[in-house]
Amino acid sequence: MADHSLSRGARTEPRWVRWILTTVALLFLALFLVVPLAAVFSQALDKGVAVYFAALHETDALSSIRLTLLTALVAVPLNLVFGVVAAWAIAKFSFPGKSFLITLIDLPFSVSPVVSGLIYVLIFGLQGWLGPWLTEHGVKILFAVPGIILATIFVTFPFVARELIPLMEAQGKDEEEAALVLGATGLQTFFRVTFPNIRWGIIYGVILCNARAMGEFGAVSVVSGHIRGSTNTIPLQVEILYNEYNYAAAFAVASLLALLAVVTLIVKSVVEWKLKQA
Amino acid sequence: MIKRLIAGSIMIFTLVSVTPPSHAAGITLLNVSYDPTRELYQDVNAQFARYWKGKSGEDVIIRQSHGGSGKQARSVIDGLEADVVTLGLALDIDAISEKGLIAPGWQKRLPHNSSPYTSTIVFLVRKGNPKKIRDWDDLVKPGVSVITPNPKTGGNPRWAYLAAWGYVLKKKGGNEAQAREFITRLYKNVPVLDSGARGSLTTFAQRGVGDVLLAWENEAFLAVTELGRDKFETVIPSISILAEPSVAVVDRNVTRRGTRAVAQAYLEYLYTPEGQEIAAKHHYRPRMEKIALQYADQFPKVKLFTIDELFGGWKAAQKKHFDDGGIFDQIYLPGK
Amino acid sequence: MRLFKIQNNVLPGFGPTMAYTLFYLCLIVLIPLSALIFKSAGMTFHDFWGTVTAPRVLASYKVTFGMALLAALVNALFGTLVAWVLARYHFFGRKIVDALVDLPFALPTAVAGITLATIYSGNGWIGRYLEPRGIKVANTPLGILVAMTFIGLPFVVRTVQPVVEEIDSAIEEAAACLGANRWQTFRLVILPMLLPSLLTGFALSFARAVGEYGSVIFIAGNMPMVSEITPLLIITKLEQYDYKGATALALVMLLASFTLLFVINLLQRWSRRFAD
Repeated sequence: MADHSLSRGARTEPRWVRWILTTVALLFLALFLVVPLAAVFSQALDKGVAVYFAALHETDALSSIRLTLLTALVAVPLNLVFGVVAAWAIAKFSFPGKSFLITLIDLPFSVSPVVSGLIYVLIFGLQGWLGPWLTEHGVKILFAVPGIILATIFVTFPFVARELIPLMEAQGKDEEEAALVLGATGLQTFFRVTFPNIRWGIIYGVILCNARAMGEFGAVSVVSGHIRGSTNTIPLQVEILYNEYNYAAAFAVASLLALLAVVTLIVKSVVEWKLKQA
Repeated sequence: MIKRLIAGSIMIFTLVSVTPPSHAAGITLLNVSYDPTRELYQDVNAQFARYWKGKSGEDVIIRQSHGGSGKQARSVIDGLEADVVTLGLALDIDAISEKGLIAPGWQKRLPHNSSPYTSTIVFLVRKGNPKKIRDWDDLVKPGVSVITPNPKTGGNPRWAYLAAWGYVLKKKGGNEAQAREFITRLYKNVPVLDSGARGSLTTFAQRGVGDVLLAWENEAFLAVTELGRDKFETVIPSISILAEPSVAVVDRNVTRRGTRAVAQAYLEYLYTPEGQEIAAKHHYRPRMEKIALQYADQFPKVKLFTIDELFGGWKAAQKKHFDDGGIFDQIYLPGK
Repeated sequence: MRLFKIQNNVLPGFGPTMAYTLFYLCLIVLIPLSALIFKSAGMTFHDFWGTVTAPRVLASYKVTFGMALLAALVNALFGTLVAWVLARYHFFGRKIVDALVDLPFALPTAVAGITLATIYSGNGWIGRYLEPRGIKVANTPLGILVAMTFIGLPFVVRTVQPVVEEIDSAIEEAAACLGANRWQTFRLVILPMLLPSLLTGFALSFARAVGEYGSVIFIAGNMPMVSEITPLLIITKLEQYDYKGATALALVMLLASFTLLFVINLLQRWSRRFAD
C-alpha cells in the first residue's frame, strides 16, 4: 500500500471508470441487498422499538438463539478443518479424478434443502435404516439437536473448501517448496507460509459457512420436529412468529440474523487490524 | 490449534448427543399439531395443566410442535415422539396409523369421529365487497381473481377445493361432470398458488392480489381483527364443507413413555365444556350444543356437508382429486 | 506464474489429508446421499421413468434449471464487478457494503422470499414502479430469477474477492511497463487469473439456485407448467406420502446438477492450464 505514488496509473483505472464501476456495483447491490434489508428492518420496527426488544427477549426466541449458536459452534469448526485439509490435498497435489472430487464436494450446494433434510430422515427415521435400532437404545438424533447439527454440517459442508481451493491453486506451491528446502517441517510450512497467504480465504469461508449455518431453514425444518422452546432454530422461530400473525416479532428475530452480517464485519475488521499489527 | 478445535467440537457433539434435554420434574406431553392451532393449544395447555394438577396432583408440561399437517404427520411417522397428534385432516392420522403407530379404528375412540371442534371454509373479500361476491357461483365469473393455496402442498386448501366441488353436487344437484367443470373454471381464476394458507393470506392481504380469499373461518376472523376491519370483510357462502380436524393418541409412543393416561385425559379435556369454550373463543365451532348456542352470533348458520357424505372419506377423495394425475392436476394439463 | 511444473511433488501430507478428505466426504455427503439411490431403487424402471418425465415435471426442470443458469450469469457479471470494486476502490461506506454481501446467507430463506415478494409485488417498493411499465416480477418466472440471483450473489463475490486481493501488483505494473493499457491488462492478465475463481463462483451460485426452495416459493406464484420449480414437486410428492417418487425427482436433480458442476469444474481446470 505504500508504493502507490509511482505506479498508480499502472495499477488502477482512470477516475471516471472507477466512478462508473462503483456506481453500477452499488446500484446492483442496492437493488438486490439494501432494499430487502431495509424492508426487513422497517417491518421489524413497525410496531416500535419496545416491541422489537420484547420479541427478542421472549423465552422461545432466546432458546432458539442458543440452539442456533450451538449448531454453528459445532458445524463451522468441523467444516473449517475439513476445508483446510481438503484444500491442501486438492490444490497442492495433482492426481487423477481431481475435478470429480471437487464436484463431489460441491454437491451439497446443489442438493435442495428439502432433500438434504430428507436424506437424514431416510437414514435415522423410524422407517429408515438406523431408526428402529436408535429408538431401542434411546439415542435421539432426528427431531433433536444432533439431527439439526448434522443437517447444518451437510448444508455448509463445501464452503471453506470451495473458498480455499481456487485461492491455493492460484498461489501455486513455490513458496512452500522453498520453505521445505530451507528445512522447515510440513506443519511449520503450513502455518508460517501457506496460512498467511490464505487467511483471507479462510476468513471469507468461515464467514459464509457461519452465516449459512445460522440461516439454514429448509433442511433444518425437516429434521427439527418444531418443538417449541426446544428444537427451533432462529429461522424456524421466525417462521413460527410469522405464522402467528406476529409480523413485527418475526422480522425482529430475522433482523438478528441480518445483524450477524454486521457482527462478522466487525470481526473481520478486527482480524484485519491485528494482522497489520503483527 | 486445529487439533484443539477438533477435540472441542467432538466434545460438544458428544455432550449434545448424550444429554437428553432436561425438563422440570413431572410429566411432559408432546402435542404435534398443524399450523393454525397455535393460539388454541396455548390456551388449552395452560388450562389443562391446571385441571390435571387438581385431578391427579401431577405437574404436566405440554410441549407444542406446529407445521403443515402432512409434514407433521411425516415427522411422527419418522420418529418425532408425539404423545398426541391434533392434525388438520383424518387422512394424515390414517397415514400414521398405517405405519402401526396408532391402533386402527382410532376415529371411533373419541366422540364425533375424534374431532372435538370443527370449522368451515368462508370467503374473505375487500371492504365493501367491490366484486359483489355472495356465493360460490360468483367465484367462477370472468374477471374475479380468487386466492387459495395449492391443494397439493397442504391439508387445508384441500378442504376449500372439496367445498367448491360439494357445492355443485349439493346445492345445484349437479353431477360429477358439472362439478369438474366448475372446479376447472374456479382454478383458472386463481393467479397464484401459494404453498400454504398463511402464504395465501399474505398474498391477499399484504400484496393486494385477488378479489377473494378462500379461508378457514377462524383465519378469516383473525385476518379481519388483526389486519383491519376497515380493509376486509367475511362473506359466508350458502353452503360449505364441515371441516373436521382430528385428534388421536399415538399409541406406540405413549406406551413406551408411560403417558397414556394423561394423553387420553388431554384429548378428552377438549370435549369438556371448558375445552369447548376455549375452542369457541378461538373461532372453532364447538361440538357441544350448549357452548355452540352461547357463541351462536359468532358462527353464522351455514349448510354444511361432510366429506364422508359426499366423497366417501378422505382416502377416496385424496386419490381421486389430489394424487398425481388426479382431477386437480388435470386442470393444468396443456391444451385445456 | 509458474515457469515449469514440478511433477515429483516434494510437499508433504498428501496421504493423511487426502484420507481425511475422503473419510469426511463419505461420512457427511456420500453415505447420506446414497440413501436417495437406495430408496428410489425400490421403483421399477418404468415407474421411475414415468415419474421423472411427466409433462409437469419436465416443465419444472425447464424453469428451475433455466432460471438458475440465468441467475448464475447475472451473478457472474455483477458479482465480479462488486468483488472488484470492493477489493480495489476506496469509497465511503465500503466496509458496510462489504458486510452486506453476506446478507443472502444470513437471512433465512423464507424471510428472504417473503421480503422479496413484498418488495417486488405490485404495491411494493420496487414493484410499484415496474408494474405500470408492464413488468411483473412477483408471481412470474421473473420472480424466480430475482430470488435465485439474490441467494447466489455472495458465492461469486466471495470467491472472486480474495483472488483480487491477492493479485500481485507487480504483475500489473509489469504489464503496464510493457505498454499494455489498462483494459488490455485487465483482459489479458487479470481476467485469466480471475477466471478459475469466477467459474467456481458461477458453478456454486448455479448449484445453489437449482436446489433453492424457501425463498423461491414465496415469489414464484407456483403455477403448474409456468412457474413451478422442481423442489416444489418433491414437496407435493411427500405430501402424498410418495417417498419413492420424491427421491426419484431428487435423484434426477442431483445427477443433473452433478453433471453440470462436473463440466464447469473441468472447464475451470482447463482455464487454469490456459492461465499458466
